[in-house]
Amino acid sequence: MSLLLKNISLPLEPFTLGVDVEIHSLVTAVFGPSGAGKTSLLDLIAGLRRAQSAFIQLDDRVLTDTTAGFFVPTHQRGIGYVPQDLALFPHLSVHQNLLYGCKSGGAANTLFSFDHVIQVLEIQPLISRGVSELSGGEKQRVALARALLASPRLLLLDEPLASLDAPLKAKIIPYLTRIRDEFQIPILCVTHDRLEALALADDIVLLVGGQVLQTGPVLEVFNRPASADVAKFVGVETIQPGTVTIVSDGLAKVSINNATLTTIAPETAACDVFVCIRGEEVILQRDAATGSSVRNHLPARIVALRPEGALVRVELDAGFPLFALVTRPACVELALREGESIIALIKTPAIHLVPR
Amino acid sequence: MTSEEWQIVWFTAWVSALSTLVILPFGLALAWELARRDWPGKSIVETFVSLPLVMPPVATGLILLKLFGRRGTIGGFLHGRLNFDVIFTWRAVLLALSVMSLPLLVRSARVAFEEVNPRLEQIARTLGAGNWRVFFTITVPLAARGIIAGMILAFARALGEFGATIMVAGNIHGKTSTLSLTIFQDVQLGQDTNAFRLLGVSVVLAFAAVWFSEFLLRRKIKTR
Repeated sequence: MSLLLKNISLPLEPFTLGVDVEIHSLVTAVFGPSGAGKTSLLDLIAGLRRAQSAFIQLDDRVLTDTTAGFFVPTHQRGIGYVPQDLALFPHLSVHQNLLYGCKSGGAANTLFSFDHVIQVLEIQPLISRGVSELSGGEKQRVALARALLASPRLLLLDEPLASLDAPLKAKIIPYLTRIRDEFQIPILCVTHDRLEALALADDIVLLVGGQVLQTGPVLEVFNRPASADVAKFVGVETIQPGTVTIVSDGLAKVSINNATLTTIAPETAACDVFVCIRGEEVILQRDAATGSSVRNHLPARIVALRPEGALVRVELDAGFPLFALVTRPACVELALREGESIIALIKTPAIHLVPR
Repeated sequence: MTSEEWQIVWFTAWVSALSTLVILPFGLALAWELARRDWPGKSIVETFVSLPLVMPPVATGLILLKLFGRRGTIGGFLHGRLNFDVIFTWRAVLLALSVMSLPLLVRSARVAFEEVNPRLEQIARTLGAGNWRVFFTITVPLAARGIIAGMILAFARALGEFGATIMVAGNIHGKTSTLSLTIFQDVQLGQDTNAFRLLGVSVVLAFAAVWFSEFLLRRKIKTR
């Protein structure tokens, strides 16, 4: 799949949305704080809004080309859209909602057959209900199924998890990954939640104030922000792929390369995880600690020191790349220098595991 | 009730219903344009449509009489080219009732359209529905209560219309006599018993119309 968003300009309050990116991965997250123009961008792609200037092409089909005065109307674009409020039709039953976009007749696309979609999203028990009788998570699944049943070539999801509480989020994420894996449909997913982006997306487009600050694979953008601006929005955090090896007493051993960390056991049975550690949670210490409650003691080497305002960002090699955020006075007091050895301490609850 | 009176009742109910149906497509289209789009001259059209609500009905009738009379702009054309007369026929009654009840339908329908979440219409479009399908499967069903209420209001207004009707249609026995016109005439001639009989019929008709609308609305809620 390739989605070209070229030369896009749309005046919004208080900035102008200006985007120029090419998207090639299967699941891409448009990541940014609220009010960054993310939903407007989806609206442009779906043809619900007209830009001042834009060139939008999905695979080999041009959808919008303002210089040629070309504009494919929304209903002919074949782009599924699940908005943040889901927009289920309140006067129709769940079944009627699902059938609304169904292409009647030619069931050529067996990948998107009614039965298959219903089965993947476990909608069978809901089918005869009214829309108002559904819970939040159920509504989410029905909206996803309805969009899929129109056999779109691209699926736009606007904050698919934002309105759900934490336990429900954990329930919906597997459905989204299932959609991705079962139907192999390209997804563009708007989110302001890092964990959501991490759990779903391959690539990320960081959109702030209507401008794209960085694009690339999720891990790269999160781990190697291109600028201090980007770092501010993605947060300074170590994100590394790891493997859960042992789970006992609610704790887990996770190995990253040749290092092993003790963490709280993940809620899911997943073995492959992303290990997330915020820079401010990493404590640096000169000597091996004795009598400390901290479980994780990692011998590390200082790779680089980068001052960021009142703080210093310390890049460490602890068997895997690790970032620590310390104050300037602490840096001076410990006399941190590049190339030196140090002990990194991380409390067990400060390590977050995200299934991958 | 004499057969002549039955004829008047039947004619009034029938022509009122017909006028409601006649203004329905135009009224809904106009209401939608007012609710969903911005175009130059919108506020002028808006004011123009509502004029019959605020002007004396007799004045509206006079304007129609001048427009549709044989020497009027529209009436002259219709008579000269098509040999088609409006004034002092049942068509004049239909015209008067339509013009007088249109604002009520447009106002109700417009508010109802405005209350439909545009996001629902947009998402219907992403599901492959064109403008007409979106309008008839999303917009109209969701605005149905307001539209029905507007139709009932328009019908009720038409049933009781007096001033504009008498100007353009006169009160011709067996041709343009409506309930209101006949009640007025009966009282003028001192035939109060006749007037009271027709008054009773008016009450029954009005009651039936309101009851029917309530019934429709209640059923609408249940199916949701």
